[in-house]
Amino acid sequence: MIEIDKVSKSYGDHRVVDDLSLTVGAGELCVLLGSSGCGKSTTLRMINRLIPTDSGSIRVGGEDVTLVPPEALRRRIGYAIQSIGLFPHWTVEDNIATVPRLLKWREARVRDRVSELLELFRLDPPSYRGKYPHQLSGGEQQRVGVARALAADPELLLMDEPFAAVDPITRDALQAELTRIHRVTEKTIVFVTHDIEEALRLATVIAIMDRGQIVQLGTPLDILEHPANDFVRDFVGRQGLGLKLLSVRKVADRLHAGEAADGEPLSLEASLGEALSAMTARHTDRLPVCDAEGRKIGVIALGDLVR
Amino acid sequence: MRGRLLGSPVLWVALLFAALLLRMDALRPLLVQVFPRVEPVVYNRDSFLSLFLSQLGLVAVASLAASLVGVALAVFVTRPAGRDFRAMVNALATVGQTFPPAAVLAIAVPIVGFGARPTVIALFLYGLLPIIENAIAGLEGVPHGVHEAAEGMGLSAWQRVRDVDLPLAAPVILAGIRVSVTIAIGTATIGSTVGALTLGTPIFDGLVANKLPFVLEGAVLVALFAVLTDLLFARLERWLQPVTD
Repeated sequence: MIEIDKVSKSYGDHRVVDDLSLTVGAGELCVLLGSSGCGKSTTLRMINRLIPTDSGSIRVGGEDVTLVPPEALRRRIGYAIQSIGLFPHWTVEDNIATVPRLLKWREARVRDRVSELLELFRLDPPSYRGKYPHQLSGGEQQRVGVARALAADPELLLMDEPFAAVDPITRDALQAELTRIHRVTEKTIVFVTHDIEEALRLATVIAIMDRGQIVQLGTPLDILEHPANDFVRDFVGRQGLGLKLLSVRKVADRLHAGEAADGEPLSLEASLGEALSAMTARHTDRLPVCDAEGRKIGVIALGDLVR
Repeated sequence: MRGRLLGSPVLWVALLFAALLLRMDALRPLLVQVFPRVEPVVYNRDSFLSLFLSQLGLVAVASLAASLVGVALAVFVTRPAGRDFRAMVNALATVGQTFPPAAVLAIAVPIVGFGARPTVIALFLYGLLPIIENAIAGLEGVPHGVHEAAEGMGLSAWQRVRDVDLPLAAPVILAGIRVSVTIAIGTATIGSTVGALTLGTPIFDGLVANKLPFVLEGAVLVALFAVLTDLLFARLERWLQPVTD
């Protein structure tokens, strides 16, 4: 979906992005992870040409981005940012409808799309469409911001630390929502963050960046289990590594199928961390596991967590 | 709604202004008492209404031009392409403001002749600075994130100005226009020294002929004109506010 090929960008003598190459497949949720100044935001903003590249090429859907007029390109790519940037003088409906209207959709289609997106984000359409941004909570504003980015059904969604400015409880909810929406819509998403926990939770693939280059590219589990070098090891955090591993491994991988145990079952999709938490809270070392339809299909035991 | 209208100063100032404009001679008995030796005691070379309409025309033309040019310049210097010109535009506007309008008249008359034209030029130059300054402040006050989102979603440069920047900056821009217009109403009166017809005409005629009641009549009407305009702008600002807040 995205092919970034040997791209560089300098400001004066400072090389912000240094000969960076990255390919993101369709349907991936790729997190660019790094500390501030590592070039992750610059990389993101070169994809929709908010920042021009110095050298190298970027292709989206096989097409070189510099061959498309920037406005046309950006209308095909959703964009959500930390400061959200909702238009304060427009209603929620008008905000979400921005790109569809730029693309000259018929008004009936725009209305339907706004309703559909509000429902997707669990915001009741009749009561929310007429509200102004200042009447919304921070979490609701960011939901509307992401809904606006998805409005014209873009092939690709770029997100620049979208949840960094909201409180932890709201962030948790928004992350869960993004995971759900990614699963439902199967969009390709590039997501920039400096928060390792957020990256582990959301990503299908993580690119760890330092000084304008990608230090390691891999799944969350890869990165925890086989850090490429000391930088990654430090970044991921030597402390609490085990807990992070538990949070990315799934119950499904450690299941004893066919066995049975008492109690409220865990989902197959639950992480081992959630399993440990449930065992600790319920003072037990065995929990039943159910599949997506809610049928009990096996058991996970305390010993399985550390295998 | 009616209660709010009756309680508002706009209505009362407007009524007083209209009454004096149309029926100043009703005050003749009173003025004769105060100025027994002056004859005539009410200015009668032109009707106050025609003087007012003439001044309104001058101010409207000059302020409209200053608003259009001022806002356009502010938009230009707040774009990446125009950023370099910002200091220059600011300096020019400041010079326009420091130059006394009387001096502008003195320079303009030999070039464009007597009457309305030099007055409009002086008012235009004098009114530019508050509009430019406020428009720049208003445009720069648009939150960065809003800008970035607008650009990132694919609004063209013109669409960003029209749909995002100008509506959001509107209250601040309007405040600048309000100041500029109010100043222009007062300043327009000196146009009478070069032959423009304004409510300043009775003031200068009165000063020349030593007829104090003429000065008084002109001054009161100009003051009411300015106050009324200011109040109307205040209403307009309040009407604009809830949209952005």
